[in-house]
Amino acid sequence: MCSYLTVPTDIAGSAKGPQGWFPVTSAQVYFDHPFHAPFDHTLNIDFADPARGPGARVAVELSADSARRLVESIQAALAAAGPASD
Amino acid sequence: MFPGHGGTTINAYLARPVGDGPFGGVLVVHHLPGWDSATKEITRRFAARGYNAICPNLYARQGFDVDPDDAAAATRQAGGVPDEQFVGDAAGAVATLRALPTANGKVGVIGYCSGGRHAFLTAVSLDVDAAVDCYGAFVTGTPPEGFPLRVTPLVDRTPQLGCPLLGLFGNDDQFPGPEQVDELEAALQAAGKTYEFHRYDGAGHAFFNVDRPSYRAEAAADGWQHVFEWFGRHLEGA
Repeated sequence: MCSYLTVPTDIAGSAKGPQGWFPVTSAQVYFDHPFHAPFDHTLNIDFADPARGPGARVAVELSADSARRLVESIQAALAAAGPASD
Repeated sequence: MFPGHGGTTINAYLARPVGDGPFGGVLVVHHLPGWDSATKEITRRFAARGYNAICPNLYARQGFDVDPDDAAAATRQAGGVPDEQFVGDAAGAVATLRALPTANGKVGVIGYCSGGRHAFLTAVSLDVDAAVDCYGAFVTGTPPEGFPLRVTPLVDRTPQLGCPLLGLFGNDDQFPGPEQVDELEAALQAAGKTYEFHRYDGAGHAFFNVDRPSYRAEAAADGWQHVFEWFGRHLEGA
């Protein structure tokens, strides 16, 4: 048993997987053992549409440092876009 | 394919030695990341050592053609595999092993990570002849708040343990941490059960996993030796 807290959130958007683009409705965020990345633990995000089945998923596994940098990048990009950017 | 819990057909990876036998059987329980290549390689390893070995796909209900990592993610999101479902699937796998024409009738179970807990659950629920728990968490101890899987400790069922138990643990592991291993050992002693534990310094969780940075060659090599001695002792001819 090798997992910790999972933080899910609803999202609206699209992701591109092996079958092409598809809408994504949820993101599962957790810090756990990765499948592929060469680290003991990674920050993992599954962008998924559970209604389309387990294969409708785009997964990333990021080192903790790079995940923190990504958060800063996202915040900076959104700040530059301004408040009325939906 | 064989009938699992509730009669649902599930798939499994089966590896068998060449020859007429009779051979002991080993049920290999995969870890939380699923029915992956590493666990199938472990299953082949048992066949190479003269055992009929089966590794059921505990996430088969996500679909037979789903990638193991996608099936694992979907199962995790659903809260994991219910214990009752696992026991039904394990019973089907044990029956499949015993029905093989080369079977000697004896079956052992081994599991890694969440499969270590499942190995213990098998040994307190089903008629098997030997069990190996490789760093299974939450046999003892309570999952932290927010833990994504609906698991409960099993230590209260130690009196029902029906076979000898080998436990292999890394002292740097957090799940299970050394204090949880201590608690399990105390319960086994209190119940008068046959067990053998080996704990490795410098090793954490998943030290058997050759594909991951957690691999610890020295602990894994020693652990494998104990595994084969254990099954050699308890799964010899019927």
